[in-house]
Amino acid sequence: MAQLLKQAPAAPHPKSRNRVGKYAWDTNEEYLFKAMVAFSMRKVPNRETTEISHVLLCNVTQRVSFWFVVTDPSRNHTLPAVEVQSAIRMNRNRINNAFFLNDQTLEFLRIPSTLAPLTDPSVPIWIIIFGVIFCIVLVATMLLILSGIRQHRRKNKGPSEMEDTEDKCENVITIENGIPCDPLDMKGGHINDAFVTEDERLTPL
Amino acid sequence: MEKTRPLWTTPLQFVFACISYAVGLGNVWRFPYLCQMYGGGSFLVPYVVMLVVEGMPLLYLELAVGQHMRQGSIGAWRTVSPYLSGVGVASVLVSFFLCTYYNVINAWAFWYLFHSFQDPLPWSVCPLNGNRTGYVEECEKASSTQYFWYRKTLNISPSIQESGAVQWEPALCLVLAWLVVYLCVLRGTASTGKVVYFTALLPYCVLIIYLVRGLTLHGATNGLAYMFTPKMEQLANPKAWINAATQIFFSLGLGFGSLIAFASYNEPSNNCQKHAIIVSIINSSTSIFASIVTFSIYGFKATFNYESCLNKVILLLTNSFDLEDGFLTANNLEQVKDYLASAYPSKYSEVFPQIRNCSLESELETAVQGTGLAFIVYTEAIKNMEVSQLWSVLYFFMLLLLGVGSMLGNTAAILTPLMDSKLISSYLPKEAISGLVCLTNCAIGMVFTMEAGSYWFDIFNDYAATLSLLLIVLVETVALCYVYGLSRFESEFKAMTGRALNWYWKVMWGGVSPLLIISLFIFYLSDYIITGTLQYQAWDAAQVSAVSGVSLSETKCLSRTGAVVCHNGNHHPAPCFPQLLLEYGCLTMLRLLLLRHRVNQPDLCPFFFYTFSPFRSPQSSEQSSLCYRAGSH
Repeated sequence: MAQLLKQAPAAPHPKSRNRVGKYAWDTNEEYLFKAMVAFSMRKVPNRETTEISHVLLCNVTQRVSFWFVVTDPSRNHTLPAVEVQSAIRMNRNRINNAFFLNDQTLEFLRIPSTLAPLTDPSVPIWIIIFGVIFCIVLVATMLLILSGIRQHRRKNKGPSEMEDTEDKCENVITIENGIPCDPLDMKGGHINDAFVTEDERLTPL
Repeated sequence: MEKTRPLWTTPLQFVFACISYAVGLGNVWRFPYLCQMYGGGSFLVPYVVMLVVEGMPLLYLELAVGQHMRQGSIGAWRTVSPYLSGVGVASVLVSFFLCTYYNVINAWAFWYLFHSFQDPLPWSVCPLNGNRTGYVEECEKASSTQYFWYRKTLNISPSIQESGAVQWEPALCLVLAWLVVYLCVLRGTASTGKVVYFTALLPYCVLIIYLVRGLTLHGATNGLAYMFTPKMEQLANPKAWINAATQIFFSLGLGFGSLIAFASYNEPSNNCQKHAIIVSIINSSTSIFASIVTFSIYGFKATFNYESCLNKVILLLTNSFDLEDGFLTANNLEQVKDYLASAYPSKYSEVFPQIRNCSLESELETAVQGTGLAFIVYTEAIKNMEVSQLWSVLYFFMLLLLGVGSMLGNTAAILTPLMDSKLISSYLPKEAISGLVCLTNCAIGMVFTMEAGSYWFDIFNDYAATLSLLLIVLVETVALCYVYGLSRFESEFKAMTGRALNWYWKVMWGGVSPLLIISLFIFYLSDYIITGTLQYQAWDAAQVSAVSGVSLSETKCLSRTGAVVCHNGNHHPAPCFPQLLLEYGCLTMLRLLLLRHRVNQPDLCPFFFYTFSPFRSPQSSEQSSLCYRAGSH
């Protein structure tokens, strides 16, 4: 039951309508209503002397909708609708609460209710969540890229290191099948003692 | 040093990759629509027939080619015949276009996902107007979900000519979407292989949760009964068969080169016949499963709207005639209306124009597909569920998984041939190649974040891939069977996998499937030519303020809810849009000449209509029957 109908009634005075199901409406409730309207009018400067008896209800229907007017103290004429409307608008909340109703279930025709705006946080929530997820994804991407670069470098260093050691060995040791050859060559010649005695046999002249 | 080709760690990764690629958004938002349009339960008949006759053979063909040639699409077709490398290039180009616009959907899904963490959900309430006495007019006339989609998400301009500026919010989401895709394809099969476990399995978890939730919703049975009631006369409608064939074709993602790319990372001895059958069956079952979920949600939404429509009528009558509260109920509404009409004829005739005829049937009949389904209808249903934030998060998370899963396949279709090419891979490491591709696509994708971006999106979606793919797959089939030689391929394949080719596949590849594709091709070509000037649907907020009355007989395209459907424009010259790149051959020039936007006919459905589907065929002549009611708010 949440739609505000904006029908324009024939009479220029405010009309009140209660739309909750089976609201127990009796004369006491009427009295309370009159009291609330009088209270609202009393809040207006110049109208502090409004009494409950100045508020008149008429055409009460089973729908619980009726017309009401507020007369001035001398009971000569009714107050202008605009004044009554603005007074009620100021105290709408109190009136609603007195009947345990809300703007949707207690409607004053031609008094549009001021809707409560949604509170917008200073930083929209979605940006916060976006920021969090964006950072996570960015960090994960960076990590993957960096580890990829590191792997790449390690792979590049690996085979090139192998090649360097091979070159070095060739200058020093001939490598056959990966096994260094006999280090005899390295020393540039050995004197085999077994054959040295030849010189000593021949006596010097 | 010879680099060995990276392989999937297990065959399961390959199957999951194919599933996650094939099961995409089209299963969720295109198939339920088709089911509804073409006779409910009886649509399953042409669907299954086409699956067996067209889907499985062509899927097996692509997987077999990829696994045998062990290269991306360009290299594979070059091996078949050096004159045919153009087929591979065409596949890569189409994939490139698809990537560019497809990721925008993921961006939108991200946007909705981030907005799901608020209470109340931002699309469930209209924002207030300036003096806080009511709601913003555009939102009031349409619905809050539509307002959020068109105004807050897209900030759509009234026509495609007014491009507007790049919207920074969707642009940020697009950047994030591309970053996520890059993260997943960065390392090739090593990273993709891990991600597909999630993108293939998690959507099913969410779908099951939604199935349980959907079936327990009030009014779900209405939707299900409506959908599954077979209308056998639709079997005689050739459009049903054509749409079934098209849906199978595009749903499996044939012709993009993604399947070839995925299969090229297989072990040579992999049994791809079994995998082809499994993937195609799972893809189709997922479509049916998703349509059960969708229709229970439809039923809920339709019932909810119907009941709130009834309540509004009751309220209106109660207020107008000052009836007692509780007197009017849904049951006695008709009798009381008759009574009031006879008892207070003058007053009744005053009130009568405002009384809407509430009908559950008409609510159910609103067939929607595409982004309209995902981002408007579903969100409308979700906002009425309890704990709507949870359902919203789950739903958009699932959309993201499906979308990212398909994107992995699409990017693989582009990256695999690039990385296979020795020229490029010798200069750049694979991370750099992926990065460059993602960056280029992201930059071009910014077009879709402009104010007119969603119209461009529509164009791409309708025309970027449809005819091209049919042609590509046709050439592929003919090339393999007749240029390369079916017997030669069979013997090589047998040597590789150890299994002989069943006669069924040979018959299909050689005869039935090419014929089917040729007939589809001819149908769409003739449809294009016959349709003449093409049209698109626009959302024009400026028209909203012009609506004061409630008469449907007002100027064309204005409806009671005020959501403007049609573009009230005159003939405009075609946007100078580089469709030259879209297709090769004469089709390109044909399209440039044909693309106009035209004044809509007055008898076109007055409510807003928005259709989208990846791999959808343009059916402009049918658009008048595809109406989405702009919410009964």
